[in-house]
Amino acid sequence: MRNYKILVLLAHPNLHTSTINKAMISAIESLDFVLIHNLYENYPDFYINVEEEKRLLKEADLVVFQSPFYWYSVTPLLKLWEDEVLEQGFAYGDGGNELEGKDFLLALSTGGKQEAYRREGYNYYTMTELLTPFAATASLCGMNYLEPFVIHGSYTQNGEQVQNHARQYQQSLQTYVEKGCWVLNEDRRDD
Amino acid sequence: MIEDSLLFNVLIYLSAAVLAVPLAKRLGMGSILGYLIAGVVIGPWGFGIISNVEDILHLAEFGVVLLLFIIGLELNPTMLWNMRKPIFGLGGSQVLITMLVLFGLALLAGFDWRTALISGMAISLSSTAIALQIMTERNFLSTDTGNKGFAILLFQDVAVIPMLAIMPLLSGRETFDDSGDVMIAALEVIGVIALIIIVGRSLLRPLLRIIAKTQAREIFTAFSLMLVIGISLLMQSVNMSMALGAFLAGVLLADSEYRHQLETDVEPFKGLLLGLFFIAVGMSINFGLFLEQPWEVLGIVAVLVIVKLLIFYTLARISGITMSHRPLFSFILSQGGEFAFVIFAVANSYNAMNTSVSELLVVSVAFSMLITPLLILLYDHVLLPRYTLSKADIEEEDTEIDHNTVIIAGFGRFGQIIARVLHANQIPTTIIDHNPDQIEQVRNFGFKVFYGDVRRKDLLETAGAHKARLLILAVDDREAGFKTIEICRNHFPELTILARSWDLIHHYQLKDKGVDIIERETFHSAVRLAEHSLRELGWDAHHAHRNTLKFTKYDEANLERLYEVHKDRDKLISLTQEAKEEIERIFAEDEHTIVRQNKQDKAWG
Repeated sequence: MRNYKILVLLAHPNLHTSTINKAMISAIESLDFVLIHNLYENYPDFYINVEEEKRLLKEADLVVFQSPFYWYSVTPLLKLWEDEVLEQGFAYGDGGNELEGKDFLLALSTGGKQEAYRREGYNYYTMTELLTPFAATASLCGMNYLEPFVIHGSYTQNGEQVQNHARQYQQSLQTYVEKGCWVLNEDRRDD
Repeated sequence: MIEDSLLFNVLIYLSAAVLAVPLAKRLGMGSILGYLIAGVVIGPWGFGIISNVEDILHLAEFGVVLLLFIIGLELNPTMLWNMRKPIFGLGGSQVLITMLVLFGLALLAGFDWRTALISGMAISLSSTAIALQIMTERNFLSTDTGNKGFAILLFQDVAVIPMLAIMPLLSGRETFDDSGDVMIAALEVIGVIALIIIVGRSLLRPLLRIIAKTQAREIFTAFSLMLVIGISLLMQSVNMSMALGAFLAGVLLADSEYRHQLETDVEPFKGLLLGLFFIAVGMSINFGLFLEQPWEVLGIVAVLVIVKLLIFYTLARISGITMSHRPLFSFILSQGGEFAFVIFAVANSYNAMNTSVSELLVVSVAFSMLITPLLILLYDHVLLPRYTLSKADIEEEDTEIDHNTVIIAGFGRFGQIIARVLHANQIPTTIIDHNPDQIEQVRNFGFKVFYGDVRRKDLLETAGAHKARLLILAVDDREAGFKTIEICRNHFPELTILARSWDLIHHYQLKDKGVDIIERETFHSAVRLAEHSLRELGWDAHHAHRNTLKFTKYDEANLERLYEVHKDRDKLISLTQEAKEEIERIFAEDEHTIVRQNKQDKAWG
């Protein structure tokens, strides 16, 4: 089996119509320390092979959930993946320490602009607030919750901007592997 | 005497073809040149083995007729209607301009006006046989350039009719009033064409169906030939071009389900007769006359070819044919054609032209046919390498029609479902079946199904197997299926084959033979019924669904595992037994885990 440090769980139900997620994937798919696991491609019938998933997780230092941000959450197959794979005795609870010490990252694309995720914006709540369930999940599994990589306003980006985001995604993952730290561009921070 | 026997002649033609064509191809000259040279060698001016050239030429012209029938099969009436502009615009201007230029040149050369006019008319026409053969060999007809070339040839086929019709008026004899005769002739022509259209539209398909139902292949072939010969003779009886009639019949059948089978059946006859035609042309070249008047002949050939080349090149430019295609287009159409022989013969019978001139012209036209393959060689080896193919060219070449990405072999209960799913998703398919009743029935529901035997390589090829992405094998005959797979694996290795299996043994046989994707025929419907059974027994819907899905996954993995040992019967049985126990154990364990987890995790309770 291939050696990899980063396991990207990609959960996009219509990848053929996507621009941002497709660009993000093409920017990182050739990196040898990344394993991309396309959930909708591998489990079109939502029947997840739990044992295989556990095996994949054990190898990784960093687990990435890459998904569009629908209804303030990830897409349903990824939620199902959490329900089925993060079992007691594996991810949490008695003897459930297999994920301890690993890093956890959300890589999300949203429809709304960054300004919308503020008190004065139409979403009212900030991204940090909306993503607390994931921070809590990581925490229960003993994983380090890294600051999410979020691309806002997916529909309004032009080709050059899309490429720019994808490049930053790739650079951040590269730095993570080379320097062991997670660095985001200033303008990505949730405020 | 043995030399006179028909079989002896056939032997000579076949040996000449078998020797000359591969040799010519080996030398990079193309098959037409091979045939022509073979003709020269066995003809009266070569070894003189064959002498009755006229008769042979007459018989072999039928190859041109079959060629046009096949081309008609590829063009349905709508496509033909869409071609009306190039046919009349390009074709009309080509014939008219060439005719006038040659007429003028002939007058300048001092011919009398009748001889000049007849020469102009006869030589303005190109050789359908040579041009179409070259275009088919190069797969050129489906391109825009090929299309325009074909349109011109089609117009010429029509134009020959009035040319022959005015011949009596040009005769040296006293003119007489024959307007009544012309009226009757015109009515006859209209009557025959109407008859062909009506019969072709309403009677032919049911008739073909009855014949296909007899399942006797040779009868189908016999009928195909009978049909073409019948129509040709009918057309000839009213002095129309036989080839035009056959073309019309082809167009009328282009929509029918028997199109591919007709094409496959007629194809070898067309090939042989067309070869014979080229041999006959080679034989008919009068080298005696050439030796007597070499400069006159060479001069006429040069004028003929150069004038036609210039006119075709200009037309190609005006009509927007891509740069790199323009010389090829002109070369392909640059010769005098078989119609010239007919026109000169008729003109002589009416004493309408100077006989010595017409003899010279016949030799020159035959020579010009010999030159075409040489020009093509020139194009391939000298001109083509100079044009670097631009992107626009590629896009233009890419106008292939009617080669669908998916072929469905067999349109019974199984194939129909597949086709419905694919059609619902707008995937184009070519469907082939061999049961005429079935075809007729599903045609009523709007499916386009072709009649044919998928065990034949040539039929698969006509259906586009060399271009398609997928072949879905849905025939209900095991042996036929195996045969089809074998052909596809040998001749169309790019094709992905999908098939259903009836049982374990068949499943593994398909796998051995190289089928890419196999599904068990009754498996999924049986699993679905099992799911319904669980629900009827009171299980929750999702629970029943999940567990049957889980069973499917285990069973499919198992099928792969057993493949390794399937040739060893004892091992297969013991492993199958083991697998059955394993599945039951795993299910019991999983069920236990879920119950345990639900107890431990309050949230699930």
